[in-house]
Amino acid sequence: MAETIMDKTMDEIEILAKLYLTAEEKEKARQEMQRMLDYVDMLNALDTEGVEPLTHLFPIQNVFREDEVCESTPGAEILKNAPREKDGQFLVPKTIG
Amino acid sequence: MQLTELTAVELGNKIRTGEIGAVEAAQASLEQIGRLDFRVQAYLTVEPEKVLLQAAEVERGIRSGALTGALAGVPIAVKDNICTKDMKTTCASRILENFVPFYDAEAVVRLKDAGLVVLGKTNMDEFAMGSTTETSAFQTTKNPWELSHVPGGSSGGSCAAVAAGECFAALGSDTGGSIRQPSSYCGVAGIKPTYGTVSRYGLIAYASSLDQIGPIAKDVRDCAALLEVIAAQDKKDSTSMARPDTNFLQAVGQSVKGLRVGIPTEYLSEGLDDDVQEAVMRAAGYLKEAGAVVEEFKLGLMEYTIPAYYVIASAEASSNLERFDGVKYGYRAKEYEGLHDMYKRSRSEGFGPEVRRRIMLGSFVLSSGYYDAYYLKALRVRARIKQAFDEAFSGYDMILGPAAPTAAPRLGTSLADPMKMYLSDIYTVAVNLAGLPGLTVPCMVNAEGLPIGVQLIGDCFAEKKLFAAGAGLEAVRGPWMQSDLVRGEEQK
Repeated sequence: MAETIMDKTMDEIEILAKLYLTAEEKEKARQEMQRMLDYVDMLNALDTEGVEPLTHLFPIQNVFREDEVCESTPGAEILKNAPREKDGQFLVPKTIG
Repeated sequence: MQLTELTAVELGNKIRTGEIGAVEAAQASLEQIGRLDFRVQAYLTVEPEKVLLQAAEVERGIRSGALTGALAGVPIAVKDNICTKDMKTTCASRILENFVPFYDAEAVVRLKDAGLVVLGKTNMDEFAMGSTTETSAFQTTKNPWELSHVPGGSSGGSCAAVAAGECFAALGSDTGGSIRQPSSYCGVAGIKPTYGTVSRYGLIAYASSLDQIGPIAKDVRDCAALLEVIAAQDKKDSTSMARPDTNFLQAVGQSVKGLRVGIPTEYLSEGLDDDVQEAVMRAAGYLKEAGAVVEEFKLGLMEYTIPAYYVIASAEASSNLERFDGVKYGYRAKEYEGLHDMYKRSRSEGFGPEVRRRIMLGSFVLSSGYYDAYYLKALRVRARIKQAFDEAFSGYDMILGPAAPTAAPRLGTSLADPMKMYLSDIYTVAVNLAGLPGLTVPCMVNAEGLPIGVQLIGDCFAEKKLFAAGAGLEAVRGPWMQSDLVRGEEQK
């Protein structure tokens, strides 16, 4: 059987995922995730001893190029999409006490 | 015959000879959108003035001889997870509701350079997570063949727009079947190219090791022509590849005599609708008639593809979607206390349920203590799945199978059970895990009036074989039909 997801695990997931869940949502999410993990558990039936994890589909290697100066996007263009900005910078809540 | 019935290549020819103008073509698409889209709801954004300006510019380019490509002047739709300069790009999510990119995705740059005219942005499942386009935060797209049914997903808007004649072709993206499955549901052709064929620069990432942009069109030849335009190595996407063989149009019409096509026995077993089974058998018949050798074989490992896919895709999604934090762009919650509260509120209010579900699953499988057991295990299984395909392609030129286990389901019947929806991706996700090209070709219409396509899967870089076989299949099948909705409009 797959790992049983405890309430404590859900609290950790909430932190990692940076999401708020109501108690009801959390319980629903726990059940859905449990069902998914019970299903995913079947992967263990396949022997993968000695098989390297496939992270890249094709053999790749470092590609080197000259470090060239090129046009950058003007900051003003980027800031047009900012939820809040001030003096040409992104404005966020105070982060240091 | 109405202008909107032409294929993209046919229209391109007529534009090149001057028989039809690029502005005239754009107007025809805009009129069709005006006539039908309030019912189909394929588009999220259409800006007619910009479209006509671009078309006029293209028309000048064609006259001056600067634009000579096969598709110059052809109006095209773009899925709303592909960035378009100065045109909203929302991923059908509240969190990007007002996002206006200051750059074009590389695929869009290539479209514009080739003289294609971008009509607008099409609806999709939120962040391409879903199989029906119903997880869109904004609207529900209908299947033009039967308005009470879904168009499929996640590129449902693009496929519905092509099927309704509201564009001549479209760009979609495919992470686990998002081009091939809705193409089957909507009776259009669509291809997910080999991983690395089209630059992902400007494609808003869902699962980067699986995502590919690809063409959706009325027939196989149009897909080949469009892929020829967008396929290119791009230094802005380090996973894009230099391919010397991107003259795909040349493959259309080539003989398929002696081509070896394998149908995995597992694809025809339990869970497959009778209609879809019939479509695969008909396609096998068409290919045989065209001279191919078709036989069944055992592919293996099929039961592992969906669990491996959902672990890997969710893991990558949880990482990719961390960037949506309400700081630099996108939605920010109205009220919050401090930075972390702002992140969490913005994300909780901005993301829909399916996106949140996958972010949570991904966060879990990547977390300390579970990483090896779930994520690394899935990557090892992925390697085995790739091996199984390598073996298959040592005996066959391509694989024939369904694109989805059923025809398009009714609206409102899929989202209640996420697990069931995931399982319907059984014929498509393995292709992404192995980086292979997969082409959906319309094959038949069932008793309910819904189209069913079949999927041809090739080895890496074997798009030309797929285009040759797909076009060969179409030639034996005969001219494709149109939905009652589109036909009804014609009669008026």
